[in-house]
Amino acid sequence: MLDTIFIITAAIILISAILTITAHNVVHALLYLIVTMLAVSLVFFILGSSFAAALQIIVYAGAIMVLFLFVTMMLHQGEKSLAQERHLFHFSSSITALVLCSMLFFELIYLLFLMPVASNTIFTTALSPIVTVKQIGMQLYGPYSLLVVISALMLLSALITAIHISKNPSTTKIKTQDNDL
Amino acid sequence: MIPISWILFLSLSLFTIGIFGVLARRNLLFILISLELMLNAVVILFIAGSRYHSASIANSDGQIMYLLVLTLAASEIAVGLSLVIHMYRQHHHLDIDKLNTLRD
Amino acid sequence: MSNYSSLLSLVPLLPFFSAVILLFSTLPKLWISILAVGSVASVALISLFFNFIFWQQSDFILTANLGTWIHIDQLTINFGLYLDALSLVMITIISGVGALIHLYSTGFMYEDPSFKRYFIYLNLFVSAMLFLVLADNLLLLYLGWEGVGLCSYLLIGFWYQDRSNNLAANKAFLMTRIGDTAMAIGLFLLFTHLGTLDIQEIQSKAHQTWSLSNNTIASICCLLLLGGAVGKSAQLPLQNWLPDAMAGPTPVSALIHAATMVTAGIYLIARNSQLFQLAPDVLYIIALIGTFTLLLGASAAMVQSDLKRILAYSTISQLGYMFLALGVGAGASAVFHLMTHAFFKALLFLSAGALIYCLHHEHNIFKMGGLFKKLPIVAVSFAIGCSALASLPFTSGFFSKELILEQVVASNHTGLWWAAVLGAFITAFYSARLFFVVFLGKTQSIPDAVPTKAMSLALGILCVFSLVGGIHPEGLKTLMPPLHSNGLSALHHWLPITLPFIAISLAWWMFKTKRFGKPINSTLLQSVHQLLKSGWAFDRLYQTVFVSPFKFLCQLNNRDIIDLFYRLIEKISCALHMVFSHFQNGNLRRYNASLILFCILAFAWYITGELTL
Repeated sequence: MLDTIFIITAAIILISAILTITAHNVVHALLYLIVTMLAVSLVFFILGSSFAAALQIIVYAGAIMVLFLFVTMMLHQGEKSLAQERHLFHFSSSITALVLCSMLFFELIYLLFLMPVASNTIFTTALSPIVTVKQIGMQLYGPYSLLVVISALMLLSALITAIHISKNPSTTKIKTQDNDL
Repeated sequence: MIPISWILFLSLSLFTIGIFGVLARRNLLFILISLELMLNAVVILFIAGSRYHSASIANSDGQIMYLLVLTLAASEIAVGLSLVIHMYRQHHHLDIDKLNTLRD
Repeated sequence: MSNYSSLLSLVPLLPFFSAVILLFSTLPKLWISILAVGSVASVALISLFFNFIFWQQSDFILTANLGTWIHIDQLTINFGLYLDALSLVMITIISGVGALIHLYSTGFMYEDPSFKRYFIYLNLFVSAMLFLVLADNLLLLYLGWEGVGLCSYLLIGFWYQDRSNNLAANKAFLMTRIGDTAMAIGLFLLFTHLGTLDIQEIQSKAHQTWSLSNNTIASICCLLLLGGAVGKSAQLPLQNWLPDAMAGPTPVSALIHAATMVTAGIYLIARNSQLFQLAPDVLYIIALIGTFTLLLGASAAMVQSDLKRILAYSTISQLGYMFLALGVGAGASAVFHLMTHAFFKALLFLSAGALIYCLHHEHNIFKMGGLFKKLPIVAVSFAIGCSALASLPFTSGFFSKELILEQVVASNHTGLWWAAVLGAFITAFYSARLFFVVFLGKTQSIPDAVPTKAMSLALGILCVFSLVGGIHPEGLKTLMPPLHSNGLSALHHWLPITLPFIAISLAWWMFKTKRFGKPINSTLLQSVHQLLKSGWAFDRLYQTVFVSPFKFLCQLNNRDIIDLFYRLIEKISCALHMVFSHFQNGNLRRYNASLILFCILAFAWYITGELTL
């Protein structure tokens, strides 16, 4: 039963991923991406990581994708953007990428599944017990506390960078002119 | 119980689809979107890895790694989108093929 | 004897040191003249001293060694000097006439800005010539040979700002170079077969190794040495550099192209006379070359209008006489004629120089005339020189030329004798023509300067020598025994003596009837005149045979085939650059694509690696 759900979810992931990257409209692509993320969250649930699944929905699909959408709203110009996008992405211009990616895909499949190796031990492991949120919290406050600090630093630097880059250049210029006078 | 080879296959396919998106699209926003797809593929693998790690001991490393990847994705998106806005303000288009003034 | 050896070793070194000192110092003109003239004059005194002490002896030998030059295995070449009667005559002429010409030059070149450079080259030339005639081995002789060729080039092109002077110097150098190459090959052959380059050893070993019946290699060696002599002494076929070499200053023409350098070929053959005796065919060729050259020179001098060119062709003709004498086996008379020719030709050139100096560089004789009263010293010198050239009785030229003609008779070459007599006739004719046109008749250009004291003094001394210098050195007769003659018939005796007078009367008649210098009416005579004037059209011949095909080949190679190869390398690297610069075109997607591509390649490598394992 879990297998069937998993297969259906996997199919949804793949189909919506393909639809994401071949869309002409940015908003459509973002919506497909959100569907993909929700399906991935479902896969996390199937795998027993409820914490990760919850985070996926809340943070990833809820915050990051919404950020994407805000920026798209700022930059999207309706029909003109659509026409531009059709001009930019054409099936014939992506032949090279298609060839390269399919080659990579087949190579990876061969490496992992079709190589004549004596024993594939990774395919025979059993499941480990499900981890609770409490255990994750204890890990975070214990052995992996440095990771938390580092990720905080990363977010801080991203924040500063984003503020600085997206400042309006006209406001900064006026200050320097005052200094010259 | 799901054989891990299925999850591997799923992750690989999603990753390859993401690479195709990065290579084939010229719009900067779509490249960022494809990047997100690749990150998701990797994250599936992490979580599956921690779940299939050992039969007796519970392992939460995968989800903690997922936390980190999430943070990474967030900061990357923040910076990336601000750069997208900056580029749009300067050039009024988002075509990366026209962004080649760093050549010789 | 060792004092004499050290005195001998000073002989070629003094002018060399003087040249070096002049090169590295800045002195006022007076000191430059004293140093330059003094060095050559001291060499002249040393050679007079040697003449004095060796006066009675006819077979003396004095040697000196300045050091070892090359020492490899069996080959040892020293800077060795060898003085016998032949070299003594040569160094006396070179230093004596050389000193007088140096003295003359201090007056002639006084206003020239490159005064010091002139004397450096001149001293270097005298030093190289002395090395040439004093060398005891052929390699040192060749060194002197090349040295005089170099100095000749430098001095002909002395006024290098004028391009025609440079071209004349190039022509002289290149044509003598052809002869030098032949001579070098001859040296190599001699060394290969005889194992030595010492001149006296060569003479003895040649007689041991080769005999008259087995003389092909000896003939080839002699022919090659003859090639060198022909180049340096301006004989047929390498004679047409000498008239163009008159572009240099006149004292240079006097020293190099009348008295010394052009006599180097004669000296070479005289020095190796015993070697040449093994190849009588080559000797006959020498005689033939001499005869043709003397006719060419004389006939060309007859129709020239440039003063120095007349004297140049006259030099070619007189050198032909010396070659003729060498060819019939009378080396002693050849060297005797060399000596007297040095005197009167130097006199003629220096008087011509005085004339040019006083008339402000006017060279055309038809623009001169009636200068007898205005420039008496020059006129007298010219008269004496021309009469010696025409071999009027009791001048020095008379004794030497009559001796040569006697020796030609004694060798039973009647055809050559008649040619030589014809040449003597033409010689007397053109020397008379020269004198009459320049000094008698109406004055056309007025001289506005007189020769300086230095010039007049040099002229005076040379006049004396041209008159009384007809003394045959005895030592030469011992080294190169003259041919024994069975007495001369009356024709052979009196014809050469009376011919000059006939020629002078003919010239006087033509001058009085004003036939000189007038344009010729008939076209046949005009073409003959043109042919003679250009020296039998040898310049045109060489132009069509050698120069034009060479220029054509160079034109074919205009795009420079060898360079094409290097340009190909350049083009390839440019093409590679074009290819590789596509990897850096700033296109982000292309960078990504290359990333993925190399990922694929890495995986493929891993897979194949795993498979082979």
